[in-house]
Amino acid sequence: MAESVLREVIPPVTEARHRSLWQRAWEAIQLPALALLTAFLVGGFIIALSDFKVLEALADTTSRLNAIGYILLVMTVAVLVGGTAFSRRPEIILSRLRFVGNVGQARWFGVVSAVLTIGAVIGLLVVIGFGPVLWLAWNAVTSAYGALLEGSLGNPLQIVAALSSGDARAIGLAFYPISESLVASTPYIFAGLAVALGFRCGLFNIGAEGQLFIGALTSVFVGYAITGLPAVVHIPLALGAGALGGAIWGLVPGLLKARVGAHEVINTIMMNYIAFRLSEWLLNGPMKRPGAVPVSPFIAESAQLPRLFPDPIRFHLGFFIALGVAAFIWWFLFKSRWGFEIRTVGANPNAARYAGMNIAFNIILAMCMSGALAGLAGANEVLGVNYNLANAFSSGYGFDSIALALLGRSHPLGVVLAGLLFGTLRSGGTRMQNVAQIPIDIIIVIQALVIAFMAAPAIIRAIYRIVKPGEGEVVFTRGWGR
Amino acid sequence: MATTTAQPPRYTQAQLAAIAERQRHRVIGFIMLLLGLAGFALFAINADPTAVSTFGLNTGRTAVVRVGDLVVPTQATITILSSACLFIGGYQIVRGFGKASNAIFGLIILFFIASFLTWATSDKSINLAAMINSTLLRAVPLTLGALSGIMSERSGVVNIAIEGMMLAGALTATIAGSVASSLWIGVIAAVLTGVLLSLFHGVLSIRYKVDQIISGTVINIFSVGITSFISAKFLSEFPELNNPGTFRSEPTPLLSAIPVIGPILFDNNFFTYAMFGLLVVIHIALFYTRWGLRTRAVGEHPKAADTLGINVFRTRYIAVLLSGALAGFAGAYFTLGSVGRFDEGLTAGRGFIALAAMIFGNWTPFGAFGAALIFGFADSLQSRLAILNVPIPSQFLLMAPYIATMIALAGLIGRTTPPAADGKPYDKA
Repeated sequence: MAESVLREVIPPVTEARHRSLWQRAWEAIQLPALALLTAFLVGGFIIALSDFKVLEALADTTSRLNAIGYILLVMTVAVLVGGTAFSRRPEIILSRLRFVGNVGQARWFGVVSAVLTIGAVIGLLVVIGFGPVLWLAWNAVTSAYGALLEGSLGNPLQIVAALSSGDARAIGLAFYPISESLVASTPYIFAGLAVALGFRCGLFNIGAEGQLFIGALTSVFVGYAITGLPAVVHIPLALGAGALGGAIWGLVPGLLKARVGAHEVINTIMMNYIAFRLSEWLLNGPMKRPGAVPVSPFIAESAQLPRLFPDPIRFHLGFFIALGVAAFIWWFLFKSRWGFEIRTVGANPNAARYAGMNIAFNIILAMCMSGALAGLAGANEVLGVNYNLANAFSSGYGFDSIALALLGRSHPLGVVLAGLLFGTLRSGGTRMQNVAQIPIDIIIVIQALVIAFMAAPAIIRAIYRIVKPGEGEVVFTRGWGR
Repeated sequence: MATTTAQPPRYTQAQLAAIAERQRHRVIGFIMLLLGLAGFALFAINADPTAVSTFGLNTGRTAVVRVGDLVVPTQATITILSSACLFIGGYQIVRGFGKASNAIFGLIILFFIASFLTWATSDKSINLAAMINSTLLRAVPLTLGALSGIMSERSGVVNIAIEGMMLAGALTATIAGSVASSLWIGVIAAVLTGVLLSLFHGVLSIRYKVDQIISGTVINIFSVGITSFISAKFLSEFPELNNPGTFRSEPTPLLSAIPVIGPILFDNNFFTYAMFGLLVVIHIALFYTRWGLRTRAVGEHPKAADTLGINVFRTRYIAVLLSGALAGFAGAYFTLGSVGRFDEGLTAGRGFIALAAMIFGNWTPFGAFGAALIFGFADSLQSRLAILNVPIPSQFLLMAPYIATMIALAGLIGRTTPPAADGKPYDKA
């Protein structure tokens, strides 16, 4: 293991420092943007292929194909395959064919040939008679994504009209979608920070969902069991209880990892299910509100995070708390000694041990903080949005946060941006489901693809022919422990 | 005294290992004692001295040979079982059972469960045969899932995507089975789905060297999304796509006529028999064939295997694809073997319990089967507790597999040893 000990603890200062801010920003955002774009393209394919009208038209057109049609179809496939191959590797093919001596500009050949291939394929399909199918598919995809955008950001025309009319209620309604997106983003930011902090310490916290549940349980308990406190005391108390609950749920896998080397992935998965069952029991028993439904009582008014606008806008203080916590985590990770130790342990445990850092302590600290952040996500939902706790209230914030942390590259700023994006997707997805009859689950598929592309940047680089590996692509790999 | 304490005794590696083993045996002994004491304190004292417990021994389906019910006096039985726990535990601490410790420990757990059941059925009756049968049935998907995990992890590729592959397999099984109106087509479709997903897993984790856990998580999330999407979009619209029917119970000739055991073991559907077959086949394939030796070598030390001319990548691809096929097959059980229709989130985390069974069974097929039986028993017990009116919330029994896995992983009762190269992508350079 000598080589890994000798590996640099701190990544070497590259020329990146000397490049302009815009250049660096583009480099940082290039891969996530392309990953998102690709995921949405694949999602679009799924939407188009699952649309009834498209499928009917497809079956109809295929049944009417004649011999020439089939020949053209085979040609189309040939053009697609050939064009793709050429646009992927123009320099090799060109040098084999000896058409051109200088293939230095091969990249442009690639881009041009890709565009030409897409054009030719679409043209051929239209000639064969698949035009209506393509048009229907285009309609299906645009109406779905259109509804997604309108549901998450609102209708610009409506916003302008409301602002010019000056009617407070109309303005509220126009901005309602955006405010809902921000409300949905808030738990994402917390949970994403939780997973990101774990990643920085080389820990994969799949248990954010369970920690979030426990955080919600403890904070709702403090919220309804204690009454008569002023809000200034009660809100921090309830939030703190949430963080504490989550921290305890993170502490157990952290301790096991640090003391006996038990893998945190398995243990956090197990802790997830223990948390689900525990909340099921609590909500059906000790914490149940009188009545038939397994829900907790409502929290006291003094524990509710204040809403900043009149109804129906639910935007509440939690969003700013999330931003504040993100700023704190940034400071903690990059400006404090503890954060430095956590990052060092994550980058190279052997070097960290060699430098005299306490690995066990750092792992436990990171898991506790990660759990506390996830617990805050749960507390935020309970104290700011629902005011009580029902079974299965979270619907996957904890799992989505893995995608989010990867997309945000485990950097607090990236996590905030990714959280805003995911919140937008989530709140827009509901409208997409209602208007375009696209089940909201397509968002989950897109998120899974985002994780895949972010974790395997080689795929994205192969598709878009990006030559140089970007910065910060930390290969994150370990076995079952030890 | 000062002279002797100054120099700490030096032990060889083997001696240290022996000391650790001795320590572990003592811990097991103490746990046995605790279980015995718990049996007395929780069950024997509370029991009514005159009560009897009745256990039904007929599964209630095939009545080739009917057996009378087993009726035992409650308190006496618990006392005997708990005393046995105490005695064996004491012996374990003082002398130790050596290599048989684990088996004896399993027996003690069985005794404890038996005393619990006796206490719970005090002056009531429970159909023990049906309960064991349902334990076996609930263990089928867990065992198949665990076999899938073993297959992949023995070659050094972590597969936490069992859940996702099961879910996707369950969906395609129901659709293909309904469309073709043939259960076998459904099974084949499920297996192919598992293979397809595991190919994705393989390409990501073997070729692109993505972290295998992230790659598995991708498949889990993707499967939840795509199955819910298809289910909401198509199955709710066309319910006839979601009606494949189920495999019926096929009593094995002769064997099913054995009293008590026959109906429990040999009157089940295709999946149960397939599970037994696969257990044996995979055990032999992994531990007694050249292919199995190579696969395990790749999972333990890929570099050494590569040096000896074994193609690491190909071996891993084959193992991962087989793993996917098994997981898809396990998924088919849910729709074609038990429920007969697909619902969103049908597998309900059983893929993760299968993973737990794999760890608990120390990455061996029969160990995993034993663990799956224990977990299946906890599952089948919780569904009966409500009938028996026992004051234990069923959620706590459902938690048991997860807690047991964490304890096993922590090495309190003997450490589990994963394949050495598990989770590490192999880089030829």
